[in-house]
Amino acid sequence: MKNNFIKKIDWFLLPMIGFIVAVGIWALISGTVSKDLPSPAKTWADSREYILKPFEKRGEMDQGILRFTWYSLILVAKGYTLALLIGTPIGFMLGLSKTFTKAFDPIIQILRPVSPLAWLPLGLVLFLSAGKQASDLGALFTIAICAMWPTVLNTAVGVRAIPQDYLNVAKVLKLSRTRTLFKVLLPATLPYMFTGFRLSLGIAWLVIVAAEMLTGRPGVGGFLWQEYNALNYSHIILCILTIGVVGYALDRLMSVVERRFKTA
Amino acid sequence: MAYLELKNVAKGFGANGSRAEVLHDINLTVEKGEFVAIVGFSGAGKTTLISLIAGLLKPDSGSLTLNGLDITEPGPDRGIVFQNYSLLPWLSVFENIFLAVEQCFPNWARGKKIEHTEKFIAMVNLTPARNKRPHELSGGMRQRVSVARALAMDPQILLLDEPLGALDALTRSTLQDEISRIWQENKKTVVLITNDPDEGIYLADRIIPLGAGPGATLGPSIEIDLPRPRDRKALNHEPRFKEIRRQVIEFLLNSKGERHAAVTKKLILPDIEPEDLNSPRQWRKGRAPLRRSEIKSETVEIS
Repeated sequence: MKNNFIKKIDWFLLPMIGFIVAVGIWALISGTVSKDLPSPAKTWADSREYILKPFEKRGEMDQGILRFTWYSLILVAKGYTLALLIGTPIGFMLGLSKTFTKAFDPIIQILRPVSPLAWLPLGLVLFLSAGKQASDLGALFTIAICAMWPTVLNTAVGVRAIPQDYLNVAKVLKLSRTRTLFKVLLPATLPYMFTGFRLSLGIAWLVIVAAEMLTGRPGVGGFLWQEYNALNYSHIILCILTIGVVGYALDRLMSVVERRFKTA
Repeated sequence: MAYLELKNVAKGFGANGSRAEVLHDINLTVEKGEFVAIVGFSGAGKTTLISLIAGLLKPDSGSLTLNGLDITEPGPDRGIVFQNYSLLPWLSVFENIFLAVEQCFPNWARGKKIEHTEKFIAMVNLTPARNKRPHELSGGMRQRVSVARALAMDPQILLLDEPLGALDALTRSTLQDEISRIWQENKKTVVLITNDPDEGIYLADRIIPLGAGPGATLGPSIEIDLPRPRDRKALNHEPRFKEIRRQVIEFLLNSKGERHAAVTKKLILPDIEPEDLNSPRQWRKGRAPLRRSEIKSETVEIS
């Protein structure tokens, strides 16, 4: 009886233990090893205003935490959409054509591991002539080019994994190229594509912080860097936690969508 | 004149060096409205043969013609039922068949297409399951969808590639009856590939064994002059049925036996002399196993 009760709430209880242990270690470190690290209590006290009035705008770099998050999410959404629009067709071509793969796979493999921190300056240079808009466009470019790869590679794998049977059906029915694409290739690849989309979203969210730090535009990452420079270390932790929670929420959201598209 | 004709068809796979010929010198003629069964071992090249007729593969040599025209590519004039059903899992029963109907009769009005699709779903008794996806159906039901799809295309010839191979015995016999019934209603030209001689004899007008691979050839064509409709139970006691089955199986086994005769084995014995475990052992002398090749003299005890 008692065991049953504990089993029923362990989905809640066990993660709580995890959180408590993590906060405990944090408190321990801030109390002993590193006196500069704000303690959990101090972090809460300093961050209260940002959490309890999440949408307030007091100044360009002094806004509620959800307002900052909102700015970041909008930029991510733009860059992510761009990444999907470019990545999916490239993935399809890689999956369908051996020639295309031979020609472009090496360059993709070389560009893929490049860090967002390396792309951003290039993005800024690329849009130098845009003037004021340069930092936005540069950040957009960085998100798109970094987040693109999982979509590209998963789509390519998905297209290659289409069972020959489905292609035989298309051949026997003499489906035209466009109809084969929309009736057979696309639905058959969809589960793989969504796995790619989910990984891409994760990366896009990673990149946003780096991009905002370097460009100094308002957002969670920008706020984090500014507060570091302003010696408000508590807010760094606030930002880290926000980034983590939002990233986790985005991933959950995508995995729900992903499951929806899993066909048999 | 023959409706479907294969002349000296050969097909192999692999690069020049390690090329394995699967089919060798295949000659086959099928008349319009005829039901021909081809029986063979698994791995003999049955699926290769039907893929050639379907146009999914090209022959290395020889020619294939349907109604006097060369077969160069797959097309809806040859409806094919694959062994593994090959239904699109994201489409319902209706949509799977409707896709084929839409493709084969683009000029029909939408209402007529839907009506045509429903007719074939009803023919295979699947109307209650018309909105289900393939993964919600049993193997037998999936295969019926596949048959309905092939028939709905109104093909000139129906190719059945081991359609019942993956089903259990009971479902198999029900579907055999269903195929038999549908064929008698439609009188389509049918080529059935199977690994079950009984199935072939029960359904077809003519049965042709395909020898064991590699380099398989077709055996003698055997006319099945049993009256229709055939009764499965009575058939088992019919002397003619037994005779045909004997001929088919004999050809198949002989063709396989010939392959086996070519294999020679050389037996190599281990280089260790067996020891008598009853004799007292001397542990301290650093004994090693006795090598046959080192034995210089041999004593033979005769009792």
